[in-house]
Amino acid sequence: MDYLLSLLIWLPILAGITVITFGNNRVYIVKWFSLILSIIILLLSIQLWLNFDSSTSLMQFVENYVWIEKFNINYHIGIDGISMPLIILTTISIFITILASWDNIKNKVAYYMAAFLIMEGLIIGLFSALDTILFYVFWEASLIPMLIIIGIWGGANRVYASIKFFLYTFFGSVFMLISFIYMYNKIGSFALQDFNELPLSIIEQSWIFWAFLLAFAVKVPMFPVHTWLPDAHVEAPTGGSVILAAIMLKMGGYGFFRLSLPIVPDATMKFATFVIVLSLIAIVYIGFIALVQKDMKKLIAYSSISHMGFVTLGIFSLFSILQINADNNIIGNFEGAYLGMEGAMIQMISHGFISAAMFLVVGVLYDRLHSREIKTYGGIINSMPKFTGFAILFAMANAGLPGTSGFVGEFMVILSSIQANFWYAFFAAMTLIIGAAYTLWMVKRVFWGPVKNNNIKNLKDINNREFFILAILALIILIIGIYPQFIIEIMHVSIVNLIEQAFTNKLAI
Amino acid sequence: MNYQFNTTDLFFAMPEIFMLIAICVIILFDLFVNKKYKKLTYYLTQITLIITGYLAFSLIGENKIILDGNFVLDDISSVLKIFIMGFSFIAVLYTRHYLKTHNILKSEYFLLVLFSILGMMVMLSAYSLLTIYLGLEIMSLSIYSLMAIIRNRPSAIEASLKYFILGAIASGLLLYGMSMIYGVTGSLNITEISSFVAQVSNEILIINFALVFLVIGIAFKLGAVPFHMWAPDVYEGAPTPVTMFISAIPKIAVVVMLIRLLIDGLGGMQNYWNDLFIVLAILSIALGSLAALPQSNIKRLLAYSTISHIGFILLGFVTGVTQGYGAAVFYVLTYSLTVLAVFAVIISLSRKGFEADKITDYKGLNKISPLLSIIMLIAMLSMAGVPPFVGFYSKLFILQELISSGYTYIAIFAVIFTVISAYYYLKIIKTIYFDKTNKNKLITIPLDMKLLLSINGALIIIIGIMPNYWINLAISIF
Repeated sequence: MDYLLSLLIWLPILAGITVITFGNNRVYIVKWFSLILSIIILLLSIQLWLNFDSSTSLMQFVENYVWIEKFNINYHIGIDGISMPLIILTTISIFITILASWDNIKNKVAYYMAAFLIMEGLIIGLFSALDTILFYVFWEASLIPMLIIIGIWGGANRVYASIKFFLYTFFGSVFMLISFIYMYNKIGSFALQDFNELPLSIIEQSWIFWAFLLAFAVKVPMFPVHTWLPDAHVEAPTGGSVILAAIMLKMGGYGFFRLSLPIVPDATMKFATFVIVLSLIAIVYIGFIALVQKDMKKLIAYSSISHMGFVTLGIFSLFSILQINADNNIIGNFEGAYLGMEGAMIQMISHGFISAAMFLVVGVLYDRLHSREIKTYGGIINSMPKFTGFAILFAMANAGLPGTSGFVGEFMVILSSIQANFWYAFFAAMTLIIGAAYTLWMVKRVFWGPVKNNNIKNLKDINNREFFILAILALIILIIGIYPQFIIEIMHVSIVNLIEQAFTNKLAI
Repeated sequence: MNYQFNTTDLFFAMPEIFMLIAICVIILFDLFVNKKYKKLTYYLTQITLIITGYLAFSLIGENKIILDGNFVLDDISSVLKIFIMGFSFIAVLYTRHYLKTHNILKSEYFLLVLFSILGMMVMLSAYSLLTIYLGLEIMSLSIYSLMAIIRNRPSAIEASLKYFILGAIASGLLLYGMSMIYGVTGSLNITEISSFVAQVSNEILIINFALVFLVIGIAFKLGAVPFHMWAPDVYEGAPTPVTMFISAIPKIAVVVMLIRLLIDGLGGMQNYWNDLFIVLAILSIALGSLAALPQSNIKRLLAYSTISHIGFILLGFVTGVTQGYGAAVFYVLTYSLTVLAVFAVIISLSRKGFEADKITDYKGLNKISPLLSIIMLIAMLSMAGVPPFVGFYSKLFILQELISSGYTYIAIFAVIFTVISAYYYLKIIKTIYFDKTNKNKLITIPLDMKLLLSINGALIIIIGIMPNYWINLAISIF
């Protein structure tokens, strides 16, 4: 099928528009329609995966049509090993979100489902865009459904959170647009491939690098531009938090892979240490902040920031591991470099599933007792044994227990960063302690101990639907934890190619 | 002076001539016909607009200067005439709804609208200082009286008076500049002025003065900072359909006047007026974005938002290349399309005694009218420049031309203020979607309005997804 990728982008968007026309009163049809569509899209994405050739770093499923002639903007899409796993992550997350919101969204159900479906299409579009304006359009457009999701179905402070979320990311990305236009004026095309080959002086590269960094750092989010995330997470409904953590944060990491490294390699090399320091601050300092949170969602939000620090650490420690010698050859420990980059990718995927699972766990509790405060809970295990089993597994994965996916990504990145600098690895490894501390302490206060009050005593354990959702996530987390090789295989060739690009001297001659 | 007049030339002024005849016919019709047929004036107005649009369409491709150099027919004028007819058609349809719900459905209203459109058409095709001024005055005088059409509403009278006095000052300044040009060049004709300016270059001081007066006059008419003071008060005070009309349509004609005077006429002095335009544009974008933040009246807020959009349009002219002018024209057209949708929502909500002009009036609108809410959402995001709506491409187009002309810093400045202005557009979305209301009564909109409003909203998305044709059109007319 030549149009498979386009189908994956537009089917969800059209489905979303259709759902809106159903109206908010036909709840039953809306829910089933959305669920079935999300399953079809998930199957299509698996079809994409099955037809994906992981032995080449070339773009696959390429479609290229003229879109805006005047600026040489094309509807140019295609995927490689870096986008492929993220697309699967997206389709699975949306499916789970729709299922997870089955009973607890009662208000404007059609809009809710439509927002998620439209967002799915936009994010798949983002992960497959090969034209920078197309990339930008998807990047910005995906803010709209999220704004609506937080704003309509969010908590008490939702208006503040939604507008803060929108303006932060909007501000971050406009400079990216300016950089795109700047490069367009040098080369006369907006195609990613042309940008990758465009020679730029180090000053130009530096400016563009900072513009990109601002856009992606806000999205990842990196210290010190992370402050929107806790607000957005706390106020968003469960589904919104899941998608925000599972997919939207990955847009930033993907941006580093797709744009920063190949387009401005020399500037990236120049400023890599700076980004690494920010990543380490995120890992350690934000970890400590997570420790003192009283609100479960806030705690997970801060732990997300801390975990995403590994992604940026893995990407940017590349430049300390490999060097270019006088003959223009790349020297250094290649295995270490692969480990770092692939570790960053695995960390993105794994964090997608783990944070989704953690937010669902909080969501399950919130549905029952309408509180996110840790102190409301205590002794949940006595009334919800099945649920507690899952929750402990996810918490362990969040803390990086071997055998879960959380361990794989973090460990790969730590191993690789020790090649770069002992102290990088030292600080990064501290997360194994801090992460365990905040996660397990939360588990202790919420799940263990005596039953705190009658409300908790009367809690019902999870129903089949909730069990099913959590079981899928648990399974995925364990599979990636035990056998991560199948994901690494998909991306390996593309990563090798990317590293080559990242060490190509692009300085204008 | 040897005045050449060729009767066959009149053929090329068909749209204007037809419009004038149609206006006379409608006046007579309205005077003599039985009262119960008076509502037909509305239909006659719409038919006039359609036929005039068609006549303009049939003249596309013709390229000549006729009537002794006073009248030009080129793609700019023909294509933009069609757009003016189209937007006026939409505006008049929305207007009728307002007049009906407020019990002031009068034929005079439509006639004045037609007169001002006639003025705009003259402006589009004018190629001498005299005809330009003539068109401008026909347009402006009709609008002054249009504004005062609800004569027992003090705010409307105030707005009308304010608009009239400041508009008269602007016309005066413009006329003063024109007289200086005439004094120096000895001609009213744009072609002759242009060749004169090219020959003597910029050494004559008086031409520089004339230029400043012309720029001030144009800035007044457009509402660019620091000549914007009239805009917020007039927007707020005027009846909503008039506000809609003045914010959407005359801008197109004024932009063309700008092209005729400063590019066709004084193009040789580009480096002089460029600097003036940079200052006007930067101030407009900054003030328009910042001053709109605390507004609680939606019409006032839109006035400031218009000011900041005007800044963007002026940036298109700063570039000094045809592509940049194309970008400015594209911007003004997309802006008109979007602003019509916004005012249509305001009109749909207003009733007698309730103007729906406070932002708080929109609380929880989503509950009582999903259609109006989604139109407002689309329009607001489009104005904020968020893709995939059309407003994004007009900004992209302007920014691209700016950066390619080497004004990267101005582009960065402009996008920072775009983010700031996004805040107040989001505030309206927030009011509509996130706030709760205890109103329960669904809002009913007549079918014709509903249909056109849906098309209007859909166009903002459709042109946003497929902007190719429209961007090419905007460039090709130059």
